[in-house]
This record gives sequence, structure tokens and C-alpha cells, in this order.
Amino acid sequence: MTEMLDTAQPNKAHYLSAVDTLRRGSYPAWLAQVRQAGAARFSETEFPTRRHEDWRFTNVAPIITTPFRPLTGPEDWNVSVSDLESVLFGTAGWTELVFINGYYSAALSRIGSLPKGVVAGSLADAISSGNKLAEHHLSVRRESGNVFNALNTALLQDGAFVHLHAGAVLMFPIHLVHVTTGLNEPVAANPRNLVVLGRDAQADIIESYVNIGAGAYFSNAVTDVALESGARVHWHTLVNESEEGYRLGSTRVNQDRNSAFRSFAITLGGKIVRNELTTVLDGEGAEATLNGLYLTGGEQLVDNAVAIEHAKPHCTSWIGYKGVLDNASSAVYSGKIKVRRNAQKTDSRQLNRNLLLSDRATVNTKPLLEIFADDVKCTHGATVGQHPKEVIFYFRSRGMNEAMARAMLTYGFADEVINQIDIEPLRRRLDRAVCERYSPI
Amino acid sequence: MLEIRNLHASVEGNEILKGINLTVKAGEVHAIMGPNGSGKSTLAQVLAGHDAYEITAGSVRFLDQDLLELPAEERARLGLFLAFQYPVEIPGISNAYFLQAALNEIRKSHNLPELDAMDFRELLNDKMELVAIDPRFAERPVNEGFSGGEKKRNEILQLAVLEPRLAILDETDSGLDIDALRIVSDGVNKLRSPERATILVTHYNRLLNYIVPDVIHVLVNGAIVRSGGKELALELEEKGYDFIREELVAP
Ligand SMILES: Nc1ncnc2c1ncn2[C@@H]1O[C@H](COP(=O)(O)OP(=O)(O)OP(=O)(O)O)[C@@H](O)[C@H]1O
Ligand SMILES: [Mg+2]
Repeated sequence: MTEMLDTAQPNKAHYLSAVDTLRRGSYPAWLAQVRQAGAARFSETEFPTRRHEDWRFTNVAPIITTPFRPLTGPEDWNVSVSDLESVLFGTAGWTELVFINGYYSAALSRIGSLPKGVVAGSLADAISSGNKLAEHHLSVRRESGNVFNALNTALLQDGAFVHLHAGAVLMFPIHLVHVTTGLNEPVAANPRNLVVLGRDAQADIIESYVNIGAGAYFSNAVTDVALESGARVHWHTLVNESEEGYRLGSTRVNQDRNSAFRSFAITLGGKIVRNELTTVLDGEGAEATLNGLYLTGGEQLVDNAVAIEHAKPHCTSWIGYKGVLDNASSAVYSGKIKVRRNAQKTDSRQLNRNLLLSDRATVNTKPLLEIFADDVKCTHGATVGQHPKEVIFYFRSRGMNEAMARAMLTYGFADEVINQIDIEPLRRRLDRAVCERYSPI
Repeated sequence: MLEIRNLHASVEGNEILKGINLTVKAGEVHAIMGPNGSGKSTLAQVLAGHDAYEITAGSVRFLDQDLLELPAEERARLGLFLAFQYPVEIPGISNAYFLQAALNEIRKSHNLPELDAMDFRELLNDKMELVAIDPRFAERPVNEGFSGGEKKRNEILQLAVLEPRLAILDETDSGLDIDALRIVSDGVNKLRSPERATILVTHYNRLLNYIVPDVIHVLVNGAIVRSGGKELALELEEKGYDFIREELVAP
């Protein structure tokens, strides 16, 4: 039975007809080409089944078989600021760019205090105003990602565009808020974000993926990040989709020499969620620190696919992802570290730790090393476990009962990731979310 | 305060405690000595309520209650405290958070109001000063990465905060430097009061110079084979445990 589902290649017609609709609009020639390349790749690449190594434990059949309506332009989705109260948590000075189904909403956004040399707004605006940097970054990359990335490129229209000129340093975070809402009709949103940090620029970026309203929807986001030499970014991806929400998201980073990418991928909700994060350490001395936390329950499936390519010598990378799984939920983790032949003196570590709160929950974890250089330091590991009995007894010997011990330990396990976030309003918010979820005291 | 009668306990079918009898009155300090593997920690863990041990016979009364009927957390709330020989590490939970939760659980059970973070912090600061622990340890995850001696000191900090009626210190003196030993001893001596009692499990006379016990017991092979005053410790130091073992086999 599953075999049949696996082998079926459902119709791509509704997506391809959206591509056609876009083709009839007026766009710069380069963009038409980029979309065309995306569309070609989308048509020729099969949707993944569980026979594809990268998707073995992530069955995307529900996403493929639901006839989500792809969008070809902004519509009136009737979202007001009050709908966003719970997702806009920035304080004075923050820039909060709001996107509804991938389209920038100037009315819902606010531009905070930005230093000179910083552009933060809509990618569609950047394209229509002939921004050369946007053109360059969107055309230079040959679409090589998975079929969903190709779909995103085929339907590339809008999303966030952030550019920091050389030396620009943000004093306040930029928050990209992606809301998917279908007015009770299943829509497919394809937000496309482009973030470019010039030489020695520094920024705190948050991207949130959330939902308003009821019903199934598909958020298929692609974010491209380019860090020029010496640039540093603290990147935060918050996924809090609804119980019926499907999200496939890819963040693709390219790092020049001495740049630093430090990220937190936090997944709190969604029916099926896959967060892909890849970075190429493409200049000596580049650093990537990728933290992750996924908290799952119900019958959720959360997949984090992380990949780091050490393309140049003397780069360091650290991946630390943690998961807490409850009920009959499942999580997938894969961490691929590839060290190219000339990438000597690579220092790379990765650890994936999972806490199972229920014996119906499952984890598939797969840290992978592919090393072609000989002078490298690489370690990797994965654990799946429960709270140790001796630790629980220690709590009890201090007057706390077992339920409280477990709650506190779970909170502590998750909070170890949250505590490393240095944007206070964000850290406090997540700390509260974790605390409420496992309600210790 | 504590009355142990003919206590037998086994783990995975092996009998480890083979008929312990011990009575500790309020206001007293008892020391338990004995060779490695004789069952000292087992006795301590059984009293604290560890469920890996099966009680096969005997009874324990603590503050007029049947101790063996109570789950571990209720024993702690009643006022029993075990300073572990090997304190466990708890990543992700700060010392302060852990202790506040513990103290409030105990207070709640006595119908006392819970302490809020501010009041607790004040109390904690006082206690940290009392046991000479660097205030920064309040924010560190419980025992994580602590040195052996620091873990023992942290047990004493917990003792000072929770103020139990009966404290069982399982080799808390092992691994302590001279200063820490004095702090621990001072702490125990301060807790000496008509309504409290202490059981010290130790291998060393050194500790007994600071805390003079009312009674010393020798535990060999799961049973208390000798009890006496301070002179018993001196005799043990001189002759080792063999002389007691020999006495035992002698007719
Ligand atoms: N959970 C267990 N499983 C198997 N054996 C156990 C367990 N707990 C204790 N034992 C055994 O019981 C005996 C008594 O151990 P216990 O730790 O009580 O000794 P002790 O007197 O505290 O020794 P030490 O002075 O070395 O601390 C030992 O032989 C030990 O191996
Ligand atoms: Mg012992």
C-alpha cells in the first residue's frame, strides 16, 4: 500500500499553470530566466519518496497530494495588526517586516532604527526598482536544491530583501515575519528571502513562520544568505506553524573568509516541518555555529536537515541540535559535514541529542561525515534517551515528586539551547514557551 | 527520631543489609564506619527511599511515621535529607532554581507560604556565605562540571537551605579540603539542636575530631557489629577492620 503511494508522482499541473500565469506578467528578463530555470528543474525532478535517501523518514505524500493553490500575486487576506499581536514581539528600534503568504505588507510592517547603508524591505520592490545586488544574487545561483526549492524559484515573486553595506552594524534586530493564511482554502506560499551582508557587517536576524486562521496550508520558503568577508550574523528561525500546517524551508548560506554564521533553528509547531540549513564555508577562517531545538507532540513530524561544506582550510563548525519528543510524534535529524580535499585544519563537531517523553515517539538521527582532507579534527555523535533514574531520585530526595522532576529536567534540557540566544525579548519569549509547555512549577 | 529494626534489604536478589538495628534520638550525632562494600551507602539510600532496593524484612520509624511506607519525596518533606556520596549532575537547571523548587515543595507540605524568587535569593545568599560557596554557583547548573569537593560542598549548601530534621551525610568529608571540612563540620555542629539529628558515614577519624559523635557504629557485611564511643574509632584506626571480623568468627 505504502509502496503505491511512494511511487505515485502526483500531478504538478496546478503549480506549472501558476508558472504560466506569472510568465504572462511583465518582469525583467533576468527574472524570467531564473524562474524558467526553476520551472525546468521542478518539472524534471521527481517529488521525493521514502526511497530517496534524504527523505527516507519524511513522508511528504500529504503535501504532494493536497491540491494547494499556488499564489501568483497578493490578494486581500484581511490580516490586521491585531491578528499579529502574538507574533510581533519586537521592542523599540526593531525592524519588523511582515509578509502575508510571501507578499510584503507595508501596512503591517515597521521600519525601526536602521543605520546608514542598510536596506530592509520587500524583494519584489528591490527587483522592480532594478536593484543590481538582488539581480546578481538571484541569477548567479544555479538552482540545484531539491524539487521544492525549484518550485520556489519557479514562482519567485516576493519575500524579504535585506542588504547591509560593508561595515554596517545593526543595533536592533530585523524580524522577518512570514504569515501563511488561507481564508479556509489550502494555499501554497513560496516566500523567497535574500539577505546579503557586506564586508564586516553585523546583524541579528529573526525569521518567524506562523499561521493565522484554520485549515491546511503549505509554506515553502527559501532563504538565501550571503556573508562577505568578516561579516557576522546571528540568525534565528522560529517555526510555529499550526497543527494543520506544512512547512518545507531551506536556508542556504554562503560564507566568505572570516565570516561567522551563528544560528538557532527553533521548531515549536507544524504538522510536517522540514528545515533545511546548508552553509558553505567558502573562505579561510569562516565559522558556522548551528544550534537547533525542536519540541514535538501529537503526531507531528519535524525534520532538520543540516549540511555544512568545508570548502576552504582553517574553518570551524559546530552543530548542536536538541529535540524533545512527546506522544506519537517523530523527528528526523541529519547532519552532513563535507570536508573538501584542500580544507585542511578543519575543526568540526556535531551533536544531536533527543529526549523521548513517550515510548510512542520516534527519532531517526544520522550525523554524517564525508572527509576528503587528511589534517582535520571532526567529531560527531547522537543520543536518544530518557531522563536518568538516578537524576529523578535526586530530585525526589529533595522533596520534589517525579512529575515535577521530569518537567524540570525537560525544561532544563530545552532551555540549554534557548539560554544561548542573546536577543533578550526573544530569549524570554521562548523560555516562557518552553516553561509553559512542560509546566515545571 | 529514627528507629531501625532488623532491616533487611536486597538488590537484584543479593541481600546487602542483613538485619540492621539502629536508634537515633533527637539531638544526637551518630557515626557509621565500615569497610568498602559493607552496605553503608545502601543503608543511606534505603532510608532516603531509593526504589532499586527491596526491603525484605524489618521496619523503620521516623518522627512517628512508618518511613518505609512513604515515597522518597515525602520522606524529604518530612525532614529527612541525604547528602549523596556521589551527587548527580543536572544539566540545564541552575542551583538556585533547583533549590527554590525543593524548598518550596517542602514548605508547601508544611502549609508554609512559598518563597518568591526575591526572598529565596536573599536566603540563598545568606546560606552560600555560611558555607563559603562562591555566589556564582547559584547560576551554575546543579553539580555540572563541579569538582569532587565542590559537589560535596553543594550538598552542604542544600542541607543548610533545606534545614532537615535528620541529615545523613554519606562520606561528605571524602574529597574535602581542610577549609571545606571545617565548614561542613561547623554546619553540622550548628545544626546540632534538641530537635535535629545527624548520621555521618565516614572512613576518617579526621572528621570525628571536628564533630564529636555520641555513638560510633561499625557496619560489616550488612550488619552493625559494634557500637561505642569515640575510643572505638581510635581502636579501628589502630587495628583496621580485621580485628572485628576476627572477633565475629571467634566462638
Ligand atoms: N544497585 C546495586 N546493584 C548491585 N549491587 C549493588 C547495588 N548497590 C549496592 N550494591 C552492592 O552492595 C554492596 C554494598 O554497597 P554500598 O555502596 O552500600 O557499600 P559502602 O559500604 O557504602 O561502601 P563504600 O565505603 O565503598 O562507599 C556492594 O558490594 C555493592 O556492590
Ligand atoms: Mg558508600
